[in-house]
Amino acid sequence: MSHISRRKLITTGLAATAGLGGLAVAARVARRYGLIPPDDGGLYGAGETLNYAAQRLLSSHSLAREFSRGMVSKAPFANEVAPPDDRFKRLQAGGFSGWRLAVSGLVARPGLLSLSDLKSLPVRSQITEVVCEEGWSYIAEWIGTPLADVLNEVGVLPQARYVAYYSADRNWWDSVDMAEALHPQTLLTWGMNDGDLPVGFGGPLRMRVPRQLGYKSVKYITGLTVTDSLKHLGKGLGSPEPEFGYAWYAGI
Amino acid sequence: MEKSYTLARVARRRYVARILCYPARVSAVNPPLNPGAPRHSAVVRLTHWLTVIAFFALLVSGVEIVISHPRFYWGETGNVMTTPLFTLHIPSSRDTVPTGYGYVMPDQNGWSRALHFQSAWALLFTGLVYGLFILWTGHLRRDLFPAPRQRTARAYWNVIARYLHRAPPDESEAHSCNAVQRAAYLGVLFILFPLVIWTGLAMSPAFDAAVPAAVNALGGRQSARTLHFFVSGALVLFLVAHVTMVALAGFTSRMRAMITGHASLPPELP
Repeated sequence: MSHISRRKLITTGLAATAGLGGLAVAARVARRYGLIPPDDGGLYGAGETLNYAAQRLLSSHSLAREFSRGMVSKAPFANEVAPPDDRFKRLQAGGFSGWRLAVSGLVARPGLLSLSDLKSLPVRSQITEVVCEEGWSYIAEWIGTPLADVLNEVGVLPQARYVAYYSADRNWWDSVDMAEALHPQTLLTWGMNDGDLPVGFGGPLRMRVPRQLGYKSVKYITGLTVTDSLKHLGKGLGSPEPEFGYAWYAGI
Repeated sequence: MEKSYTLARVARRRYVARILCYPARVSAVNPPLNPGAPRHSAVVRLTHWLTVIAFFALLVSGVEIVISHPRFYWGETGNVMTTPLFTLHIPSSRDTVPTGYGYVMPDQNGWSRALHFQSAWALLFTGLVYGLFILWTGHLRRDLFPAPRQRTARAYWNVIARYLHRAPPDESEAHSCNAVQRAAYLGVLFILFPLVIWTGLAMSPAFDAAVPAAVNALGGRQSARTLHFFVSGALVLFLVAHVTMVALAGFTSRMRAMITGHASLPPELP
């Protein structure tokens, strides 16, 4: 390999050192500004981190597209859910008047909110698209209380970084960062297309996160936990999805 | 003044050519000044094989993702309750999709999506290195844009006629690309790759929030997905044609050129 000159060797060495140093600095800066997702480890951690960091830099404050009433899908698709348990059936028989949203964690006033408590807070409706990671989609009008207004009501403490949310379906929970939680279109939804939210679509209460894929819009919400770290929740990946290979950040 | 500027440019190009081990002056008209110079520079070889790895990862994971919903639509929305534009008659990994098959494939979307995006990032960075390299060294202008004598319909026709007659390549083709090759490479670099990135990004709900025009200009999310499928198909067609031409031109020497840089074995080896 006599044709590799000393100059070339030095140039390559300098470039490699600069590259590695740059990566280390980038990782420190990213951690400091909250650009590292909870599922940053493993084979695809680099890709997940790049997706999350790039979208946080690009779209933290962007609004999801809203559509005209004429664009609302005549045939929305509810997708499959686990069959409801007895407790859910009892609540459904009572018109969900006994449904409670438990708010806990880093908040000044933890407690239970009924659906009518939620409806007494500011109401917002939006016509947005549900996008499934499989490829299909539909548009509906979603009516509900912005998560930001609920968090405001209970008084979020300054060290809050994530909001985890839990479903009546015990295996189902997820979480979002504060940028998504405080986003005006992130909605605790109880109405759809001018009616109550049907059970198939997540009624009586669904978290709508329109800037992320459908699986972040968890159905049958019964609890919220405000936290500064996702490490102690479940397996510490921010949701059960990463255990099956699905990204915690689903804006892509 | 004019002269010294030109001399400086030549000196710079020679220096860059030396450190990047690319022949200083190669054109369709002139044979290389230095016959020992590599046919493909180290940067071109490295980015070529990184692209191969990333492309195959994108292709395999892309097929897996399509299997979860092998129906395509036009416009903004589409799902199993609406009429598809067309359907691929393959089994699906979701039992909600009516396929006509009596079984459901295992769900592979988790790792497929992760691999798809990670490979897309790898391809993007590789493309940036390659793009800066071909601009900086003049490889784009000199070897990929059609040379003056290649800018006629006759030049294209001559190459196609030679292909059709299975005639051996022109002497100049040992050191530079012919008119049809240049057109194909430019089409892949500047039409298909930008389109596949655009249609892919247009499927990201967060990207669409930041840049709504990206998806609206394509006619909606489902149109973007359908176009992504067809542009990917065009890239696969290019791959098939590319590998076929390599095989016809001499698989061993072409592969050796893209791996070691030299089409023939070095003289000191038997």
